[in-house]
Parts: sequence; C-alpha cells; structure tokens
Amino acid sequence: MSQSTSAVATDTHAEHHEELSFLYKYILPIDHKIIAMQYIFTGMIMAIVGGYFAYAFRMQLAFPGDLVPLYGLVGPGEYNMLVTNHGTIMIFWVAMPVLIAGFGNYLIPLMIGCDDMVFPRLNRLSYQIFLVSALVLILSFFVKGGGFGGAWTAYPPLSSVAEYSLTDWGASLWLLAVALEFISFLLGGINFVTTAMNARAPGMKMLDIPIAVWFIVVAVILFMASVGPLVAGAVMLFMDQRVGTTFFLPSAGGDPLLWEHLFWFFGHPEVYVVLLPTMGIVAEIITVFSRKKLFGYRTVLYTAFATGGLSFVVWAHHQFIAGIDPRMANVFTVTTVLISIPLAEMMFSYIATLYGGSIELKTPMLWALSFLAAFLIGGVTGIYLGASAMDVYFHDSYFVLAHFHYTFFPITIIGMFAALTYWFPKMFGRMMNETLGKIHFWGTFIPFNCIFLPLFFLGLAGQHRRIYNYDHFPDLATQELQDIRVFATYSLIVMIFFQLIFVYNFFHSMFKGEKATENPWKSNTLEWTTLSPPPHGNFKVLPTVYRGPYEYSVPGRDEDYWPQNEAPKKS
Amino acid sequence: MKNISSQSVLLTTSEIPLYAANKRSKPPVSNGVIGMLIFLVTEAMFFAALISAHMVIRAGLTEWPPWGQPRLAIETTALNSLVLLVSALLMGYSRRLLQQDKISSGRRWFGISILFGIFFLLSQGYEWVQLLEFGLTLSSSVYGGLFYLIIGAHAFHVIGALSVLIYAWNRLGSSKNPITPEAVFPLQILWYFVVCIWPVLYVLVYLS
Repeated sequence: MSQSTSAVATDTHAEHHEELSFLYKYILPIDHKIIAMQYIFTGMIMAIVGGYFAYAFRMQLAFPGDLVPLYGLVGPGEYNMLVTNHGTIMIFWVAMPVLIAGFGNYLIPLMIGCDDMVFPRLNRLSYQIFLVSALVLILSFFVKGGGFGGAWTAYPPLSSVAEYSLTDWGASLWLLAVALEFISFLLGGINFVTTAMNARAPGMKMLDIPIAVWFIVVAVILFMASVGPLVAGAVMLFMDQRVGTTFFLPSAGGDPLLWEHLFWFFGHPEVYVVLLPTMGIVAEIITVFSRKKLFGYRTVLYTAFATGGLSFVVWAHHQFIAGIDPRMANVFTVTTVLISIPLAEMMFSYIATLYGGSIELKTPMLWALSFLAAFLIGGVTGIYLGASAMDVYFHDSYFVLAHFHYTFFPITIIGMFAALTYWFPKMFGRMMNETLGKIHFWGTFIPFNCIFLPLFFLGLAGQHRRIYNYDHFPDLATQELQDIRVFATYSLIVMIFFQLIFVYNFFHSMFKGEKATENPWKSNTLEWTTLSPPPHGNFKVLPTVYRGPYEYSVPGRDEDYWPQNEAPKKS
Repeated sequence: MKNISSQSVLLTTSEIPLYAANKRSKPPVSNGVIGMLIFLVTEAMFFAALISAHMVIRAGLTEWPPWGQPRLAIETTALNSLVLLVSALLMGYSRRLLQQDKISSGRRWFGISILFGIFFLLSQGYEWVQLLEFGLTLSSSVYGGLFYLIIGAHAFHVIGALSVLIYAWNRLGSSKNPITPEAVFPLQILWYFVVCIWPVLYVLVYLS
C-alpha cells in the first residue's frame, strides 16, 4: 500500500461519504451494512412470528382442544394455517434473509475488501421488495378465511381450488408473497455474484476468497439456477387460483404431479442454498477459534461445487410415494445417497481442522461446534429417507419432520446465532457478554435436542404429520405417545424462555457492552482490518491482499495469525 | 466522477469509483454483463420449466389440440418470427457500429431494430385478438391456457426488453445525459435472449 494510493482513496471517501440524513442512512440506505441490518432484523422479527406459531401448534398437540395461553383455540383449519406458515416463514423469511441476504450483504464487500456492492441501488430495491413480501404474507393471515393451510409445499389441487383449501384469498396472497420474495433474492443474488467476481481487492485470487464468501456465492448460483421453475410453477398456480386455468387440475386435463416436480426442483437445491452459507460461517469460526489453517481449503471448496451440482438431480426423493415410476425412484435413491459423500467430506475437513488445534470455547465456537454435531444427526437420518425402500414407510411421518428439523434448526437458528455472536463486535463495535452467551447457548441447544429427538420415536411409532388432534386415532392416542408430545412441547417453552436472555444480551451489549477493538478474535480476514463498526465506505484505505485467509499458527511468526492484507517483510 | 453512466442503465452502479481508487484494474467482463448473464440463467430455467410443463401436460392427453379448439396461425407467425430474427441481426449490426464509435449510425440501426421488435409485438397482439374471437381463451381448455401462458410469458419479456431498449436508445442520443455503448451492451444481450428463445417456443407451441 503506497502513500499515493491512500491519498486518492481518502479523497474520494471524503467527497462521497458525507453525513446522510436519517432517512437516507437508515430507511433508504445504499450502504450494504445498513441493508444487511435491515435484512437481519426483519428476519429476526419474522423468526418471532414463526416461533410463536410453533408454540401455538405444539401446545395444541400436547393438550388437544384446550385453550392455548396467548393464542386461543386451535381448530383444524387454524392448525393447518399455523404449520404451513411456520414452515414458510422459517425458510423463506428467516433462513434466506438472515443467512444469505443479511450476512451475504454484510460480509461479501467487507471480506473481499471493497467499499460497497457493485449495484447498491439494486440492493436497496431488493430489500424493499422483500419487506413488501413479508407484509403481504402477514396480511394473508387476516383476510377472510384466514391464512393458507395447504402446507409450505402447496400441492394442488388442494392449493389451487378454493373449495378445497377454504382459504380463497389466503392461498393467493401466500403465493404472491413467496413470488415477491423470490424476485427480491433474484436481484440480491445478481449483486452478490457480480460483486464477488469483479470487486475483489487487488491480489485476492480465486483461492484467497474466504470460504464464507465462496459458499454464499455458490448458494446464490444454486438459487438462481433453481428458482426459475418454481416461479413458472407459481405463475401457473396463481392462474389456476384466480383466472380459471386448469394446469394442475386432473379433471380438466392438467397434471398435479407437474407442480410437485416444479416445486421440488427448486425445493431440494433450496436446502443447500441455506446450508452452504452456514457451512461457510462455521468454517470461518472454527479456524479462528482453533488457531489452525482450514484443513483442505480446495477440498472444502470443491465439495461445495459437487454438492451444488448433485443437488439438481435429487429432487424426486420427495415424491417416492407420489406415484412416480419405481425405476425412477432407484435413480433418485442413488443420487440422493451420493450427495452425502461431498457433504461428509466437508464435515471431515472441518473435524480435521479442529484436530490438534488450540481450541478456545468462546460462544461463537460453541455454536459452530454444536452446528456440526446437530447437522450430523440431520444428515445421517437423511440417508434413511433417501433410500426409497425405507422412505415408503417413513414418508410424511414425524421421522421426516425430526430429520429436517435436525438440518434446518442447526442451519437457521444455530447458524444465525453463530454468525451474530462472531460478527457482533464488528457490526456494533461492542463485545457481547460471554457468560450470558454461554447460558443462552446451553439453554437453546439442550432443549432443541429434547424437542426433536423424541419426535424420531414418534415417527417410528407411526405418527403421521399434519394431524391436529391424535385423539381420533386410537393407536396414536396412547398415554406413552402423549407423554412424549407433552415433553417436546415443554422443551420448546423452555427454549423460548432462554431466548429472552439472548434478546437482553443483544440489546444490552449493543449499547452498554465493552468496546470492541478492530480485531477482537485475532482473525485474518479483511473485515477485521477496519474499524468496528466499519464506516460508510468500509476501509480508510482499500486493502491489498497478499495471502489466503486461513494462515493461522504459521511457524516462524510471533503472532499466531497473519492478516490477509499484511505486506510481506522485505528480507 | 462521471463514470456513473459507464455502467448499465438498469443496474445502476455505486457512485464510488471503485477502480479509480487503489490500483484496481478494470475487470475483464463488466459488471453489467455479468449481472445480465446471471439473470439470464434464471430466465432460461424459467422458460425451461414452461417448456417442460407443456410437454408433460401434452403427454398426458390423447388428443392435441383438443377437439373444438381453433388452430394457430402457423404461417403468419412464421413470417413474424422472421421479423423478430432480423431485429436481432440489426441489433448486432448496431452493436458493431457503436463499438466503432459510430454513435449516430449505430443509434439509427438500434432504433430500426426496436421498430422490428414493435412490429412483432403488434402482429402477435392482432393474432391474439383473432384467437380470442375464435374461442381460444385461458380457461377454454388446458391447451388455451398453455398457449397464453407460454406465448404471453414471451410477450411480457418482449415488452419489458423493448421498454428498456427504448429508454437506452433515447439516452444514447441525448446530449445532457448520455450513456456509453458499453452500458447498452447488457440490454442488447437481453434482446438476443428474448429473440433466441422464440424459435424454440414457436416450434413447441405452433408446430408440435
């Protein structure tokens, strides 16, 4: 970094980064950090809505027919609406905005060393459309007939015919909200990939990009390549609902299976779209807190490419009992089991990174380690379900439900807490309280297992999903099974109470916490070389990169870290 | 910094001169082009889904087109398709002229290409009016639904692409607020895509 370039940089920043009014700074920002906060906070508010829905229907399952405190009576239609929107919200309005849009926006420009996204106005538009989509979804709960209750997969003809779903406008608004949300992430995704391709700091080669950025980019490309069919399907379903076409209506020449293919062609890559950002965040955290180089950077990267490629040819494993040709089921069983190979390789690389490291069990590290443990259970149970011979029996049981909560909970909730606790000092310039952080961690992780481990057993006992009251099923209404349901519900309530500690810690630390230094975790990546929080424009001098992001404990150096932008000594 | 307009019109870039500060070199492919290509990946998948929907629904029916539904105007539309293809060729010619800095003649051919596009759109619209009179509607059969869905999705793209092209054409010639030929290039790529997807849809919907 020569003096002359720094002078140029400082000049332009003084010129362009003058003080903005409140409106342009916080309401209509083009600064990627503020847009990231908008996404993260909107996502967290939606998480509260989704969690509240979970509380309401878990209470109904534990105490069928009783009034749920703070909610009221949960009838069958109400129950369907709650589970449908719980799933939709948690995936599309929590996992996607927080992990991809939120942390993607925050991290990509900072980690690749540039001052903003390359299309900042597109970025702002993306958030505005996202906000509208969230409002449309919330509106759909209050229209006549209530919110949509046809499950987040929205299989027709239940979702396309108002006489079947009983939610004429709820179904259409739900679909509209989902479509708007996709448009929002489409705009965001264009921005992310272009920024990561074109705006990297000088010297940052492809294999010097931090894994977190790489994985968000791969996830975005997966999303962009898979979302087209679902948009097409959503347009067709919307026309079926409102204009009177019959694309999915078998009585008039349509094909309901077509929707399932269009939906799951997107729906399965979507799992990896949300998984990869969390995997990237965890890679950053475990290298920093075990003070070791990431084991097999290239292997980790290439396994992500392999996972992404394979994720396009596994979708029909969701449809084994939908009437697809059994010979097709064989093909999809093979591809589904194959996809666990690159993911297992990625997990082994992470574990090898931990091996022999000097591990510091700070709060972010606890979240990252618990992610690996919990996601492992989710991944291994997925292999059972990928095999068509077993899936025929497990399909739509609580085993499936427990399986995907063991993937989505670690991805969404644990991943979100890992990222928030790790980057909190950078985002708000203050440290979070470690003790409260650890109490919150254990108070979340233990109840999480208490909720979902029992559900595996309920599934094996034959408990079917999407039934609001098991009293009508004598085989499932036994005292033993009911005790398990009650236990899971109590665990959920315990977990919800521990979230209050997080909320307190989050807001208290934001204003009253200990001041953070520029690089409190002694990390290598570029976001830690600027102020905490970074100013508008991110860097005083745009950095130059000399090495990869994971040079920890390099022999022959005094410090055990080696920032990417530190110029090599002239010898 | 006046390089705001050197990027795409649609994808307005930061006013911060990224490549001016520090020793950042100009990237080999411009931001606008990368952004447009990624967008077109999604678009291609969107049309792929519509095409497969057409094939799947058709495979499930014994009679195609269903009895009592009007036949489509194959010959007129073939001529019309030719007009659209010529429009893309003219757009390519205009791109060459613009690259050679012949802004005014490049802009003229750009405008003529747009006119060919508008002709295509209007004549398709006329065909729709006739088909509606003959009783082919969205809800008359799944055949009609698919026709209006797929051709309508394409028409929607033609309208969108033509609007941004007209906007760009206008700004290419404006003296106050001009844009560079490079900034127009992503939009021309969009037009190539819209034109190139059409023969596939024509063969699928009209000929098969």
